[in-house]
Amino acid sequence: MNRRQLIVLAVLLLAACALPFLVSNYRVFQFTLVMVYSIALLGLNILTGYNGQISLGHGAFYAIGAYCAAILMDKMGVPYWATIPVAGAVCLVAGFLFGLPALRLEGLYLALATFALGVALPQLLKYHHFEKWTGGVQGIVISKPDAPAFLTGMGIPLNQDRWLYFFTLAVALVMFWLGWNLLRGRVGRALVAIRDQHTAAEAMGVNTAIYKSLAFGVSAMYTGVAGALGAIAIQFVAPDSFDIFLSIVFLVGIVIGGLASIPGALYGALFIQFIPNIADDISKAAPWAIFGLFLIGFVYLLPAGVAGGVRMAWARLQRKKQNP
Amino acid sequence: MKFKLVPIAALLAAALASSAALAQKKYDPGASDTEIKIGNTNPYSGPASAYGTIGKTIGSYFKMVNEQGGINGRKITWVSYDDGYSPPKTVEMARKLVEQDEVLFIFQTLGTPSNTAIHKYMNMKKVPQLHVATGATKWDDPKNFPYTMGWQPNYQTEGRIYAAYILKEKPNAKIAILYQNDDYGKDYLKGMKDGLGAKAATMIVKEASYEVTDPTVDSQIVQLQASGADTFFNITTPKFAALAIRKSFDIGWKPLHFLNNVSASVGSVLTPAGLDKSVGLISTQYIKDPLDSQWANDKAVLDWKAFMGKYYPDGDLKDASNIYGYTVAATLHQVLKQAGDNLTRDNIMKQAASMNKFRVETMLPGIAINTSQDDFAPIQSVQLIKFDGKQWVRFGEIMGK
Amino acid sequence: MDAFLHQVLAGLATGGIYASLALALVMIYQATHLVNFSQGALAMFCTYIAWSMINAGLPYWVAFFLTVAFAFVLGVVIERVVIRPVENSSVLSVVVVFIALLVIFTSVTGWIYTYTIKTFPSPFPKEFLANKFISPHEMGAICVTLVVLSLLYAFFRFTPLGLAMRAAAQNPESSRLVGIRVGWMLALGWGLASAIGAIAGMMVAPIVFLDPNMMGGILLYAFAAALVGGVDSPGGAVFGGFLVGVLENVLGAFVIGNELKLAVALVLIIGVLVVRPSGFFGKVHVTRV
Repeated sequence: MNRRQLIVLAVLLLAACALPFLVSNYRVFQFTLVMVYSIALLGLNILTGYNGQISLGHGAFYAIGAYCAAILMDKMGVPYWATIPVAGAVCLVAGFLFGLPALRLEGLYLALATFALGVALPQLLKYHHFEKWTGGVQGIVISKPDAPAFLTGMGIPLNQDRWLYFFTLAVALVMFWLGWNLLRGRVGRALVAIRDQHTAAEAMGVNTAIYKSLAFGVSAMYTGVAGALGAIAIQFVAPDSFDIFLSIVFLVGIVIGGLASIPGALYGALFIQFIPNIADDISKAAPWAIFGLFLIGFVYLLPAGVAGGVRMAWARLQRKKQNP
Repeated sequence: MKFKLVPIAALLAAALASSAALAQKKYDPGASDTEIKIGNTNPYSGPASAYGTIGKTIGSYFKMVNEQGGINGRKITWVSYDDGYSPPKTVEMARKLVEQDEVLFIFQTLGTPSNTAIHKYMNMKKVPQLHVATGATKWDDPKNFPYTMGWQPNYQTEGRIYAAYILKEKPNAKIAILYQNDDYGKDYLKGMKDGLGAKAATMIVKEASYEVTDPTVDSQIVQLQASGADTFFNITTPKFAALAIRKSFDIGWKPLHFLNNVSASVGSVLTPAGLDKSVGLISTQYIKDPLDSQWANDKAVLDWKAFMGKYYPDGDLKDASNIYGYTVAATLHQVLKQAGDNLTRDNIMKQAASMNKFRVETMLPGIAINTSQDDFAPIQSVQLIKFDGKQWVRFGEIMGK
Repeated sequence: MDAFLHQVLAGLATGGIYASLALALVMIYQATHLVNFSQGALAMFCTYIAWSMINAGLPYWVAFFLTVAFAFVLGVVIERVVIRPVENSSVLSVVVVFIALLVIFTSVTGWIYTYTIKTFPSPFPKEFLANKFISPHEMGAICVTLVVLSLLYAFFRFTPLGLAMRAAAQNPESSRLVGIRVGWMLALGWGLASAIGAIAGMMVAPIVFLDPNMMGGILLYAFAAALVGGVDSPGGAVFGGFLVGVLENVLGAFVIGNELKLAVALVLIIGVLVVRPSGFFGKVHVTRV
């Protein structure tokens, strides 16, 4: 990363830290959700954007992460921060296990298999034999954590919403940094090679089976971590929260944000969090039609996603500077 | 003497009145001299979008009230958001209503999971979650959740009523149950099982569930018939109720058929299923069915039809949800009238918990709303009804309280 | 035994529903090598148009054929106006456009017609192949699906236009070189798929009742049917539809119970695809580097 990018990042970070003290609690809550979604979208992007495996069922991993957090907090009294790594680990394994049979499936067929996963999971969550753990159709209610006493003791005004925002921000920074490191190195190149020319990559010695399954696992891990954070923010998990539409919204998010792009995850998260509300403001009669029009507009005008558009605008600016 | 007394008395009276008025005119956020802001979430999109019409009916009702001068001189501002029947969205919209729009209270939020998601939050914020649009039993818990109140008769009570009827009229029944695999379906199931008590295990010969995403319930109905049951408890939402009634008839299965109140509408359910196929259905009811010919000239139903024509012309007159919305809105109308100028959240709850034999005329005769500090279940009485091919005929006494 | 037979027959009836929509999906795949997520929503919208016509007094078959024509034109227009600009973008961009169409059509239909369920008439008389297990309409719908299947098969196999369409989808560049108007082949494919979808909608609506979310649940099973049967084989799609319908019913009734039907469908799909990645009747594709 060059100096300019570092400066932009620092400015963004500063703004992110200042935000909770400048806006209402409701907005802080919404921005916490934006960060949660951006972690989930980064996960999906690793699998679909960088590795070319289309997943229409990532909502399932989000749900698994959310239920991990809820069950640990509600039934076992585990503190909220400890649930995050557990949710990640469980989803890493689950994703890897799903990725194994998925190795045989390409494109369309993989999309269908993941679609079926996304559709089937809510029913599994409702299954009465699991009710003791999952709460069945009633779901599980959990409590938001308070800010640690030593921080509030210092006089920093940290209510529950703000504390959760900073906690999520910290986790997001860690996840993004991990992802950035992963994707700009050998692993990232291997993933992209598999996406673009599968057979050639294999011929060059890339162990496609391991990489593809691992991509599934890591991608699921990210989404699971996001699910756990999301559950704590919403304070409630129920099968109805994780239907197939969630998976579809995630896919929309990475395409709009920008495939194979790390900042794309953030743009996508902003889109899926705020555009439905804006659409609702524009038209109470058919808000989802407005949302659909937004989708088409974004795809037409920004075929490489918002990230691609930002890149192009930046490049144009550079060119203008060089050729006044 | 009289001459002097009058002005003194008048002065005293004026002083008392003004101080009383000053003392009574109390506002929490969302209320003012001119406005009462009411919040709501409804599923205007998504799998439960058929119920979104309730939010529209209530909005239209308050439009009518505003045109007629408002309540105690104040106009109602109805702020209703779509939550797509998704609990995270309900949480977000409820927070928006309370923290950004600063409504006085929220009213008729729809759906059991949606209301469960905001249950703790609303009580923590001390904002009334009033007359929620679900029949789950958990909303009647004033000790732990003093700011939440239901409205319609709860599902478990209804299940118990059918169980009591079966135990009395057909004690050797073999019961088959079709239920929607969610909170609502399971609540009814629990009610029936509790009502049957120890005999539940022997009397219930088959249970079959379905998801709202299932295209048909044909397979389930065939399973239920194959179990040899002669009694059928049909716990389904309108579309699936119609499918179940039709299929049962088509395969020649003629059990003693109980239909849950949620789908007891002549227009939305029995007509698509086939009126001839619905003969003998038993259900309970507390509201007049607009398509039932016995109410064709009933003043309250005619008033409702006029209201729909003028204020909600897009609304379907055959859809029972629309008379439900009208009736619950009228209930709130009474609560707000009772609150007078004391528009604090605590007083709203107090007034909602002080209703004594209150009736909206679109309710069935004999049904009334009663609430108290220990009783947060406004409607607990229902009437057993049987369909004769043309109308729902009331029989037996009013059950419940 | 009677119960088992009953479930199988009920499964064939529901399977017919899946098969009819699966045919539309296969059609669009044959023409564009894409799976259209909005196919169900388009079909549903066209069915509402038919409903309006019938409500306005038009006889059933007049409304039927007018709707099919309308659906055809609608499909062509959508391809030319909405899909064309993103044809050359990544597959996922096109998928997002499909999702947008799905959402737009569902939302607009709900706005115009409300979400209350409506009945849709059946053209088949009560005596049509009547029996206790399958309703006359369901029998009729299966027959219509088989007729459409035969027409489709004949079209692709025996007509020059069908050949041109398959060529355009498989190898656009070479097709252009031999003089095929690839753009119009795509539009034609969309039009035909839309028309088939409308027929599917009109056959399905009397069974499941007409509402904006009508095709939602069916879409998953139709996908499964199309892929399990082989997404480039119309016959395979119909076979897949019946197979999915019967298995769903039989397994739900006798093996795993209704509460896990979707999970079983998931396992089935993955199972079949792992063993036969191109589906039962699909062609195995060989890719060269």
